[in-house]
Amino acid sequence: MTELIKFTAAETAAAISKGEVSAVEVAQAHLDRITAVDKKVNAFLHVDTEGALKAARSVDDKRARGEELGPLAGVPLALKDVFTTKGIPTTCGSKMLEGWIPPYDATLTSRLKDAGVVILGKTNMDEFAMGSSTENSAYGPTGNPWDLTRIPGGSGGGSAAALAAYEAPLAIGTDTGGSIRQPGAVTGTVGVKPTYGAVSRYGLVAFSSSLDQGGPCARTVLDAALLHEAIAGYDPLDSTSIDAPVPAVVEAAKMRDIRGMRVGVVKEFAGEGYQAGVMQRFNESVELLRELGAEVVEVSCPSFTLALPAYYLIAPSECSSNLARFDAMRYGLRVGDDGSRSAEQVTALTREAGFGPEVKRRIMLGTYALSSGYYDAYYGSAQKVRTLISRDFDAAFAGVDVLVSPTTPTTAFPIGERADDPMAMYLADLCTIPSNLAGNAAMSLPCGLAPEDNLPVGLQIIAPAMADDRLYRVGGAVEAALNDKWGHSLLEEAPAL
Amino acid sequence: MSVISLVPYDDALASYDPVMGLEVHVELGTKTKMFCGCSTELGAEPNTQTCPTCLGLPGSLPVVNAIGVESAIKIGLALNCEIAEWCRFARKNYFYPDMPKNFQTSQYDEPIAFNGYLDVQLEDGEVFRVEIERAHMEEDTGKSTHVGGATGRIHGAEYSLLDYNRAGIPLIEIVTKPIVGAGERAPEVAKAYVTELRELIRALGVSEARMDKGQMRCDVNLSLRPHGREKFGTRSETKNVNSLRSVERAARFEIQRHAAVLTDGGTIVQETRHFHEDNGTTTAGRIKEEAEDYRYFPEPDLVPIAPSREWVEELRAGLPELPRVRRARLQTEWDLSDKDMQSVLNAGAVEPISQTIAAGAPADQARKWWMGELARRANETGTDLSEQPITPVQVARVCALVAEGKLNDKLARQVIEGVLAGEGEPDEVVAARGLAVVSDDSALGTAVDEAIAGNPDIAQKIRDGKVQAVGALVGAVMKATRGQADAARVKDLILEKLA
Repeated sequence: MTELIKFTAAETAAAISKGEVSAVEVAQAHLDRITAVDKKVNAFLHVDTEGALKAARSVDDKRARGEELGPLAGVPLALKDVFTTKGIPTTCGSKMLEGWIPPYDATLTSRLKDAGVVILGKTNMDEFAMGSSTENSAYGPTGNPWDLTRIPGGSGGGSAAALAAYEAPLAIGTDTGGSIRQPGAVTGTVGVKPTYGAVSRYGLVAFSSSLDQGGPCARTVLDAALLHEAIAGYDPLDSTSIDAPVPAVVEAAKMRDIRGMRVGVVKEFAGEGYQAGVMQRFNESVELLRELGAEVVEVSCPSFTLALPAYYLIAPSECSSNLARFDAMRYGLRVGDDGSRSAEQVTALTREAGFGPEVKRRIMLGTYALSSGYYDAYYGSAQKVRTLISRDFDAAFAGVDVLVSPTTPTTAFPIGERADDPMAMYLADLCTIPSNLAGNAAMSLPCGLAPEDNLPVGLQIIAPAMADDRLYRVGGAVEAALNDKWGHSLLEEAPAL
Repeated sequence: MSVISLVPYDDALASYDPVMGLEVHVELGTKTKMFCGCSTELGAEPNTQTCPTCLGLPGSLPVVNAIGVESAIKIGLALNCEIAEWCRFARKNYFYPDMPKNFQTSQYDEPIAFNGYLDVQLEDGEVFRVEIERAHMEEDTGKSTHVGGATGRIHGAEYSLLDYNRAGIPLIEIVTKPIVGAGERAPEVAKAYVTELRELIRALGVSEARMDKGQMRCDVNLSLRPHGREKFGTRSETKNVNSLRSVERAARFEIQRHAAVLTDGGTIVQETRHFHEDNGTTTAGRIKEEAEDYRYFPEPDLVPIAPSREWVEELRAGLPELPRVRRARLQTEWDLSDKDMQSVLNAGAVEPISQTIAAGAPADQARKWWMGELARRANETGTDLSEQPITPVQVARVCALVAEGKLNDKLARQVIEGVLAGEGEPDEVVAARGLAVVSDDSALGTAVDEAIAGNPDIAQKIRDGKVQAVGALVGAVMKATRGQADAARVKDLILEKLA
C-alpha cells in the first residue's frame, strides 16, 4: 500500500482505469498517510475522510458500470483552503471564517468533482493567502517535509507540503505574488501559475482580484499538466475568465524536445540577496537548456526592480476592499455580540480578534494607498509600473519564447526567522511577482539541491499570456533530463518522515 | 429639538440665487439583478431572492447584466448624453450593514453616459434646460429595518433586520450639473425635472419609475449665493425625497432655511438632511465633518465595458417617441390650444386621455371625462389622476354607451360614479342601477300624458304655438322617469300629442 502514495497522478489514474487498484484503496492509502504524518507536517486544516471515500466509491462504481473514466478519475487531491467547498469548512487560514460552511462550490471545485478527482481535504495557508511561509496561518505553521523546522513556502505551503510528504499526488494552489511557485520551489515540487483568467476565480476567496490565479501543484510536470487541463477553461461566472481554448499543455509536457526554442535569462534576477547554491543550480539549469538544444540569451527587464513596491501597493489596496465584507454581520466569527454593543463595536471587536497581524498590516496599507489625495501617488503610480512591467515582458518575448530565473532567491528558511521582518519575507517573492503584475504564465520546477543546505532549488520558467503550453514543454524536457542525470526524481532524496 | 427659523420665500429670493443639484436614482425594471441572476420581483419574503454574489459571500464574483447596460445607454441617449466608448465600474468603499460587500459596485470617473441635457416644461409653458452631468450604473443596497427606536433610524434602535432581496438591483444614478438661473422658480424646476425624467424613463420602458415604491428616489442638493456672486455657497443634501410634490417642497424649504441662516450671519453646514413628508421640513442627518472618502478604484472583478458605436446607434434608432415630442403630437391630434394642452399636462391627464382614446373613445369625450369629473375628484381627494379607481378602458366604455344612445350625459355621470364606488364594470353598474335610457314610446307615453295633465297651463302655451315652453314638460317627464328617458324622444312625443 505504501507504494500507492508514491505513484504519480498519471500512474494512479491509469492503474484505477485498468482495475489494478480501486479508487477507494488509493484514497484510503492517502488518508492513512495523512493520519500517519500530518500531525508533524500540518499540511491539512480539514480532512474530509467521508467525502473522499464517497467520491472514490463513485469512481469505482462508474468503472464497474463500464463508463469511461477521465484522465484524473480517482486521483486524490489536496485543495487549498481558499476555494469554497459546499458543506465543507473553508477558512482561508483565518479565525475570521472559523466555522463557516460555504453554501456553494467554487467553479474549480465543481470541475475537480466532475473530473472524478477525490478531494481529500483543505490545506493550510497564510491567512487569506498573505504571506510566503504559511506562518501567518491562524492554525499554526506547516512544516517543510525536507526539514520540519523550515517553512514550506507560502501562501500555499500546505498544498506543497502535502505533495512533498506524499499525502496527495495533486494539489491546488493560488498564486497572487508567487504563492504556488515559491512553495513549489522550496519543497522540490512543481507549481504552475496559469495565465491570468485561465482558471476561474469564482469561489476563490479574493485577496487581490487582479492578481489572484488558481493553478495546479504536483510532483511531476505531466501531472501538473493533467490537472491544468482539468481546471482551466472559460467560466461565465468569472468576468475576467478567458474565453479561448486551453493551450495543449498535456501534449506539451510529453514532447521532451526544446530544440530551437529561444530562452531568455533575466539579468535583473541575480546579485545581492541570491543564495550562492541557488544561483549555482540555476546556472547549471541554463547550461542544461543549452545542452538540450535551446538558444539561450540574456535579456534585461529594467522595470522588474519596481515590481515589489508596486505589488505591495496594488495587492494591499485590493485586499483592503475585498476583506471589507468580513464584518461579523452575515457569516463567520462574531465577537462581543452580547446585546450591549452596537453593530460597529461588534464589527471592530471581531476584526481585532479575527484578523492576524499581516492581514491587518495590509488592510491598513491598502486603505491608506487608496485614500483621496494619495491615490495617484500610490495606487495610480503602481498601476503605471504595472504597465511598464508588461512592456518589459512584451519586449523580452519579442525575442525569446520563454524567460527563466530562480523561482525564489533562497532555499527554505527556518520557521520564525523572518516572521518579524516583513520586508525580508516580501523578498521571497522578488522573482515571481512580475508575472502576476503582467498576468502571464509561469512555472516552478525542482532543479536540484543547494550544496550548502541540501534543500531544493526551484527553476522558474515564464511564458507569455495564453502560451502556458511552453512552460510544460520546457519544464517537461528539463525534468526528464534532470531525472535521467540523477537516476530518480529530486523528491526521492527527501528524508523519510 | 430647536425650531428652525425661516425667511419668507420672497425675501430669500430678494437676496439670494438658489443653486440646485439633483441626483435621481432609478431602479431598472430588469428581470434579474445587476451582477447575478437573482429575481428583482418586489414583495417576496425577505432574503429569498439572494445568491452568493448578491450576498457578497467570500469567493463570489459579479457578472454584468447586459440589459442593465442597454437600459443605461438608452437613458443616456434620451438625455442627449455622450455614450462612453470605454468605461469601467468602480468600487465605492464604505461600511453599512445592508451593503453585503461593504463596497458598492458603481461607476466613478468613467460613467457610461455624460454631458447631456433635459428640457423641461414649466406650468406656464416655459421651457427650462437642465444640464446633465452624468448617468452611471450601480447596484442597490439591501434594506434595513431598524426596530425599537423612536426614529426608525439605526441610532437608538434595539436591533435591525436586514433584507438583501434588494441588494444588487440595478440602479442608474442621474446627476445634473448645477442648476443655476432658475431663481424663484427653482423648486418648480426641480419638480418639473423629476416629472419629465419619470415620463422619459417610463417611455423608454426601462422602469416603472414609481416613486411611491422606491423605484425612483431623488436627492436635492441646494445652496444659496448672494446675487452677483460667482462662487457657490455651501450645500445641504436632502436625501430620499420621494414624491414629486416633496421635491418641490424640499427645495423651497431649504431655500428659506439657508436664507435664514445666512441672513443671521451664520454658516451653512455641509450635511445630509432628511425630508419630512408630514410637515414639509428637513432635519439634519449626518454631518459631513470631513469629506467622506470612498476610496474609489476600478472594479478588478469586472472587465471594462466598450459599447460599440453600431450598438449605440442601433439603440438610438430604436428609441421610442420621447415625452416632449409625443406631447406635441398629441396636442395636434387632439386639436388643443397651448393653454388647454398645458392644463391637461398640469392635471397629469395625458396618459389617461391617450389610453382612453386608444380604447376607442373620441378625443373630446375622453378629455371631457378626465379633465372634468375625474380631475375634480382627484383634486378633492388629493390624489393623482392616474390613481383613480377607474381605468381608461372603463371610461372609454362609458363613452361608447353614450354614443350608442344607451346612456345620456346624466346617466353616464352616474355610471362613472358607480365604477368609482367599486360597483364593477360600467355595464354592471348600468344593469344594477337600472340606468338604461328609456326611449320606448309606450313606456314614455304614460309619463308624457301625466306631464301634460299635470301642467295644463304649459300645455296650453304649447298648443298656442309657444314651442319653447316644451322644455318644462320634458323636465317633468325626466323627473318622473328618474332621468332615464331619452329626452329627444320625449320632446317629440309631447309635440306630437299637443299638435
